[in-house]
Amino acid sequence: MPSYEIEIILNRQLADCLSIPVFITDTMGNLIFYNEPAEDLLGKRFDETGEVPVEMWSTIFEPMDEFSKRIPPEDLPLVKTLKNCFPYHKTFWIKSLLGKIEKISLTSYPIIGRENKFLGAVAIFWKAQDE
Amino acid sequence: MKINLWGVRGSIPTTGPGTGFYGGQTSCTMVSEDSTMLVLDAGSGVQRFNEIDTSAYKRIDVLLTHLHMDHIQGLGFFKPFFVPDLQVHIWGPASSARDLRTRLSRYLSPPLFPVLLRDLPCKLILHEVGNSEFQIGPFKIKSEYVIHPGPTLGYRINGKKSVFTYIPDHEPALGRNGMIRDAKWISGYNLANGADILYHDGQYTLEEYLAKKGWGHSCYNDVLQFATATQIKHLLIAHHDPSHSDTQLGDMFAAAQNNHTYPFTYELAKEGNALELP
Repeated sequence: MPSYEIEIILNRQLADCLSIPVFITDTMGNLIFYNEPAEDLLGKRFDETGEVPVEMWSTIFEPMDEFSKRIPPEDLPLVKTLKNCFPYHKTFWIKSLLGKIEKISLTSYPIIGRENKFLGAVAIFWKAQDE
Repeated sequence: MKINLWGVRGSIPTTGPGTGFYGGQTSCTMVSEDSTMLVLDAGSGVQRFNEIDTSAYKRIDVLLTHLHMDHIQGLGFFKPFFVPDLQVHIWGPASSARDLRTRLSRYLSPPLFPVLLRDLPCKLILHEVGNSEFQIGPFKIKSEYVIHPGPTLGYRINGKKSVFTYIPDHEPALGRNGMIRDAKWISGYNLANGADILYHDGQYTLEEYLAKKGWGHSCYNDVLQFATATQIKHLLIAHHDPSHSDTQLGDMFAAAQNNHTYPFTYELAKEGNALELP
C-alpha cells in the first residue's frame, strides 16, 4: 500500500488545522480526506467513512443557483479543477443534510507537485458574504 | 552491503571533547557493495573519504538528500573532484525553480569557494531526481521527496540481499496531531517499509521539538513511532543536535529505552561506526 505524495499529506495536515471545511480528492475526484468542519457538512466522520468514491459524495450537496435551479456538475469549481487543473471559485446555494438552504462560496485548487504532476484537488467551503 | 558512518551530526560541525564519542562531523555515509561505492550526502564527514584509495574506482556516486549546508559543505574538499577523468556522479533533488547545477554553484563559486564547478578536473555528471527509481551498479535505488524545508529526498537502497534506507532530515510528524497513523499518509513510508536498517533523523527531545515544529526534524518519540509504523528491523537515530553532548545523547537514549520496547533494535548513530548487511 504505497503512501501519498508529501504534497497531498501536507495539504491534509494543513486542512486538519483549519476551521473551515476542506475536502481533498485524488485526481479522479474520490474523496480521500475531509476535515472536522467538513464532517459537519457531510454529516459523517472521516474516521467512520474513510475514503469515499466520487459517485457517492458528488451528489450530496444539491448545488443550486439563485433561482433554485440545479447546477450541472460540469459548472462546479471542483469538477472544473479536476478536469482542467486550474483553480476556480463560485458562490452558490446548497441544501444541507438538515434540509436547510445555505449560500456558500467554494474555492478549488489543483495540487501540482514538485515534479509538475497533478496529484489531486482541494475544495474549500466558505460562508458566502452578501455583497 | 557495507555501511560506514562518517558524519552523523546535524546542522553544523561540532567537534570537541564533549562530542568525541558520537562525533561532530555533519551528514555523510558511505554504502558499498562489490566494487560500487555510494556516498550519501557530503557534509563535513566526507573528509573521511579522502583517506580511501580510490585509484581502483572509475566512478564515484554522491547522492545528496538536499542542499542545506550541513549536507554539502564537504563537497569543496571532496578529493575525487580533483582527480582528472574520474567520473563523479552527483544525484540530487530536482526543484521546479532552478536546476541542480545552478543551486550547487551558489556554494561552489566565489566568494564562498574559490573553484567553480565547471573548472573541476573530474568528469562531473549531475542527475536530478525526485520520486524516482534508478540503478547504480548492484544497487536499485528509490528516491522520494520527504517532509523537510526545501526539496529534500530520502533514499531506499536495495543491495543484492538487503535494504538500507537513508532519511537524515525528516519531519513526518509535522501537523496538528503529529504523524497520521495510516501508512498511506506517512511521509517516507515507501522508502522505509521493511528496511533492514533505517538511518533517520532524531535531532530533538520531545520538549525541544515542541519549540521547533516545522524546522524539518524529528524527536526520538517520532522517529521511534515512524520506525514502528514502517516495520524496519534496525534503527540508527542520527542528525544529532549540535547542542547535545555525548552525555546528553546518552541520557536521551536511556530515557527512550526506559519508556517502551519496540519490535526492532535501535541505537544512536556514531561517527566511525561500520555496519554490514548480507
